[in-house]
Amino acid sequence: MRTLGVVALAAGLLVAAARVQAARERAFPPTIDVDDSLLVTSGSALRRLSVSLNPLAADMYWIRAIQYYGGAKRRLTEDPLKPAPPPMIAASSEYEQLYTLLDLTTTLDPRFDVAYRFGAVFLAEAYPSGAGRADLAIKLLQKGLRERPDKWEYMEDIGFVYYWFEHDYREAAAWFDKAGDVPGAPNWLKPLAATTLAQGGDRRSSRVMWLNMLQTAQVDWLRAAAEHRLKQLAALENIEAAQALVDAFTRDTGRPPADWGTLVRAGRVRGFILDPDGVPYELTPDGKVQLSPASPLNPLPTEPQRADGPR
Amino acid sequence: MKAIAAIAVNVFRESVRDKVLYNLVAFAILLIGASYVLGQLTAGQDVKIIKDLGLSATSIFGLFIAVFIGIGLVSKEVERKSVYSLLPKPIHRYQLIVGKYAGLALTLVVNMAIMTLALYGVLLYMAWGVDPAVQRAWDAPALDPALLKAIALILTGLLLVTAIALFFSTFSTPLLSAALTFGFYIAGQFSVDLRNFDQVVDSKAAVFLARGVYWVLPNLAQFDVKAQVVHGQAVPDTYLALTMAYAVLYIAMLLVVAAFVFSKRDFK
Repeated sequence: MRTLGVVALAAGLLVAAARVQAARERAFPPTIDVDDSLLVTSGSALRRLSVSLNPLAADMYWIRAIQYYGGAKRRLTEDPLKPAPPPMIAASSEYEQLYTLLDLTTTLDPRFDVAYRFGAVFLAEAYPSGAGRADLAIKLLQKGLRERPDKWEYMEDIGFVYYWFEHDYREAAAWFDKAGDVPGAPNWLKPLAATTLAQGGDRRSSRVMWLNMLQTAQVDWLRAAAEHRLKQLAALENIEAAQALVDAFTRDTGRPPADWGTLVRAGRVRGFILDPDGVPYELTPDGKVQLSPASPLNPLPTEPQRADGPR
Repeated sequence: MKAIAAIAVNVFRESVRDKVLYNLVAFAILLIGASYVLGQLTAGQDVKIIKDLGLSATSIFGLFIAVFIGIGLVSKEVERKSVYSLLPKPIHRYQLIVGKYAGLALTLVVNMAIMTLALYGVLLYMAWGVDPAVQRAWDAPALDPALLKAIALILTGLLLVTAIALFFSTFSTPLLSAALTFGFYIAGQFSVDLRNFDQVVDSKAAVFLARGVYWVLPNLAQFDVKAQVVHGQAVPDTYLALTMAYAVLYIAMLLVVAAFVFSKRDFK
């Protein structure tokens, strides 16, 4: 009986303390600390500090890198009106610590495969979805290659960064070719290298790369990112096809269609043309087809361009 | 032999009475809690991180048991004056040392065995129902038997640390023994630096001295193959055998010296 009384008293006091804290937080809201400063930035120092627990320390830094990236991305997407800073400034603001965190992670555990591969995506993605630092993404992957020179996946990823984010097709082709030379690498890398070198960027190659990423993605968010990119590529194709119809109508009638209904009544289309997420494309007064601002596929990526003119 | 076994069992019982095995509850809570949370935080690296966490926790919990019980094995008997009731009995002093060591080794083995089972249990739970295609992308299977190699080497390293703690316990106070044992533990992790001293110092004498210290200090870094095992890299059986043989010899040396020091102590 006495024990029960003590337990009840302790529970009551704890609940009361929590309620007082809640009242204090209502009156004086606590500030959200977004200071992501790193006390130790040297990987070799951390290796020593963590003694025999290097892999566990690497895991901690990996979790921190994910939280840091996710937090920065969320802050930026919650404030879409915030103008994008120039690319080099972007990485020195919201994503300032990202490379350091990934560098520490991979120094503590040099075989942390995912930290190189996903980390490169976090770094290379255009601002505000990522740091917009393709150069650092390549640097991270090259660090991985120094540890595992036979890792064709890192070479493919470097090629991908050159292709998709830097639009440097010569470098991209060289890395795809190098990856294709590694025993055990998939046989589509060599043809991809040849196509990239001959034609520069084309949508088919982009689709092959994103499809490959979708099929090999080990985690949901990367799979979702690849699906998103593939939908965007499909949307770009839809827009081109729809634009051709609109242009034909404009040519035939001497003025652009006022809306999709005009085209439907003229028998040019059967109804609203929807993007892969089911949102109708927008038709501007001057006859341009574009994604609706409400579409989750916004903003469409800057596509790699063909070296031999329009696709 | 009988006397040693009796002392060992007694040490084990005492550690159970001292609630040492409670650490297993903390270990289980840590792993189960982490397995629940990590899935949300690690971008698909939960199995790798649970392995890292499980092996690291095994090593840390074991280290604390080895040090904090090891340092009291002899000194506590002296402080409590219970050593006076032991010495007149028909046992040699070395038997007391070896028996105490064997008892703590038994405690560690039981602890590690239960922690290993718990780790495999959590890994089984985490791998349950995961798409085989995703599992193939892992560096090593969730229930990789090679984890046992890492655990065996952690245990061997801890048995060596126990011997160090016991050695200091024969002539020093618990506080000083703890400090010295932790000092040796840290130095043992970085002793390879002494081997490579010639790369930072030109003085031949300093290099010679550093090399000498390197061979004398216990090399504890060699017992750490956690990262290799978690990443599915092979740990050759020869490496395992040589590392364990080193530990056996070093432990034997420490026990011989500890027994000698203890035999020379005057308890009158």
